[in-house]
Amino acid sequence: MRATSIIYVRELLAYLRSPFSWVLAALLLLVQGILFQAFALQGEQLSAIVLERFFYFASCIPLFGGVLLSFRLIAEERQQHSMILLNTSPVRDTQIILGKFFAALTFFTILLTLSLYMPLLIKVNGKISGAQIFAGYFGLFLMGSAVLAIGMFASSLTKSQLIAVVVGAVITGLMCILFLFGKVLSGSVRDVFQQLDLWWIHFQNGFMRGVINLKDVIYYVAVTYFFLLLAVKTLEAKRWQ
Amino acid sequence: MIRASNLSKYYGGKRALGPVSFEIKDGETVGFLGLNGAGKTTALRILACDLRPSNGTIEVGGVDAVAEPHEVRKRIGFLPENPPLYMDMSVDDYLLFAGELRGMSKAAIKKRLPDVLDVTDLGDVAGDQIGTLSHGYRQRVGVAQAIIHQPKFLILDEPTRGLDPVQIVEMRNLIHDLKQNHTVLISSHILTEISQTCDRLLVLGRGKILGVGSESELSAHEGEIRQISVTIRVPKQWGDPYRGETPKDKEAEAPDPKASIGKVLGGVEGVQSVADPYEQGGGLLFALSTTKDCRADVSRAVVDAKLDLIKLDYARSELENTFIRLVGGADASN
Repeated sequence: MRATSIIYVRELLAYLRSPFSWVLAALLLLVQGILFQAFALQGEQLSAIVLERFFYFASCIPLFGGVLLSFRLIAEERQQHSMILLNTSPVRDTQIILGKFFAALTFFTILLTLSLYMPLLIKVNGKISGAQIFAGYFGLFLMGSAVLAIGMFASSLTKSQLIAVVVGAVITGLMCILFLFGKVLSGSVRDVFQQLDLWWIHFQNGFMRGVINLKDVIYYVAVTYFFLLLAVKTLEAKRWQ
Repeated sequence: MIRASNLSKYYGGKRALGPVSFEIKDGETVGFLGLNGAGKTTALRILACDLRPSNGTIEVGGVDAVAEPHEVRKRIGFLPENPPLYMDMSVDDYLLFAGELRGMSKAAIKKRLPDVLDVTDLGDVAGDQIGTLSHGYRQRVGVAQAIIHQPKFLILDEPTRGLDPVQIVEMRNLIHDLKQNHTVLISSHILTEISQTCDRLLVLGRGKILGVGSESELSAHEGEIRQISVTIRVPKQWGDPYRGETPKDKEAEAPDPKASIGKVLGGVEGVQSVADPYEQGGGLLFALSTTKDCRADVSRAVVDAKLDLIKLDYARSELENTFIRLVGGADASN
């Protein structure tokens, strides 16, 4: 636990010191703000619909931000040879992965929080509840957690940051269109594909509409756990290679 | 004590190391010597518990490094070939981080830090960002992180790599200081580094140990042909061989300097042959092939012939001869 918190603090400070993190945060918020202004606020609509649209466009933060915040976590350490400090310290691979993951998740949460002014504007000018906003943000948080875990796994595979970001983006992209594959299939295989979908089934049908379903929560937690476990196992395997 | 038994490492199907067995006693300074690709770094990374061996066992201070790597990591300080640094951190923050990773409390690190900064001579740059430091300073920060937790065993992989001559001397002095309190393992392919720093050498070639012992033990090899270079100033009355003047041009009775000196040197016991000399350093340089150390006899013969001896030494150092013999033998056997 102590080693996890030591790595967490170092990694979080690295995020806060890095110009890349803040440029990325600014770009994502800018794009989200433009999309919100251009599409969500068009015409006279129910404020609940406007909020739904906001969350639809806000999902670019976990989907893109998650990959871009996590791709460097292990790959950069390998590229700059600093990974060997962690590998030769009395620290478990699980502690390395968790320390880095929670640091990325914390910065991601800061990023999400910075976008909070938009739903608050809708609340001030419309009729939506705080619970609806919470549900949407909870979904974004869980989806971000899952994408960060995918990015960490991709980062653990290689020392090339470029390969890591591409692999992370491909896995995330594929998991976002699994429901499309499901459409051309039938029976239980279709159900499996659709239930594994990262964006449509578990976010748009639930959190985005202000509904928290336990199965959606379990899904995102399971995806996060699965890819973090893969990242830990990848680190372990690298020592044997 | 470090004890490795039948240690080997394969990358895929390719053997990088072993099987090798060796022991390192407490307080020793041991040099891992070998060409690039000899397996030095692999051996050191296994000792530092960064890699797991494919086969074999390794004990560090009586603890099995494969079964209990965490325990071993607490006792080892490791400076890899490329120092493991975070460029965005300041030197003192980085050392605090490295110490905490090794299980030290913040209070213990703060107490230890002045000593580490003093030994590594980093006091002036303690607050500086690592990314702004020169290569020599970064190497020192790498050493500092390796000793912050006062490990019993210190492993330095190519510690002088990329340093300029002044920095090399400074690093050598630093290693001499570290020898007082640590068992030190150093890898290098620079022979002079190893010979000046280590008590014992472990010569690696193509993943195998080719020789173990002190420099003098490894050099004791009877019947080996050695090259001795002798530089002699030719007396003026013998003519100027450097300009192609022969003595006959001036005085008929003056001898041919090359032939005459060659005859003197060739007459020394143990000298097998004398190569054609050439001009160097204000004299004629003769290369002698010898079967034993006959430097004293050569110098005596030169003085007896009333010639000026400018320089006399092995063409290569003892260690170079040994290294070439061992590595050359390994190549031949492969």
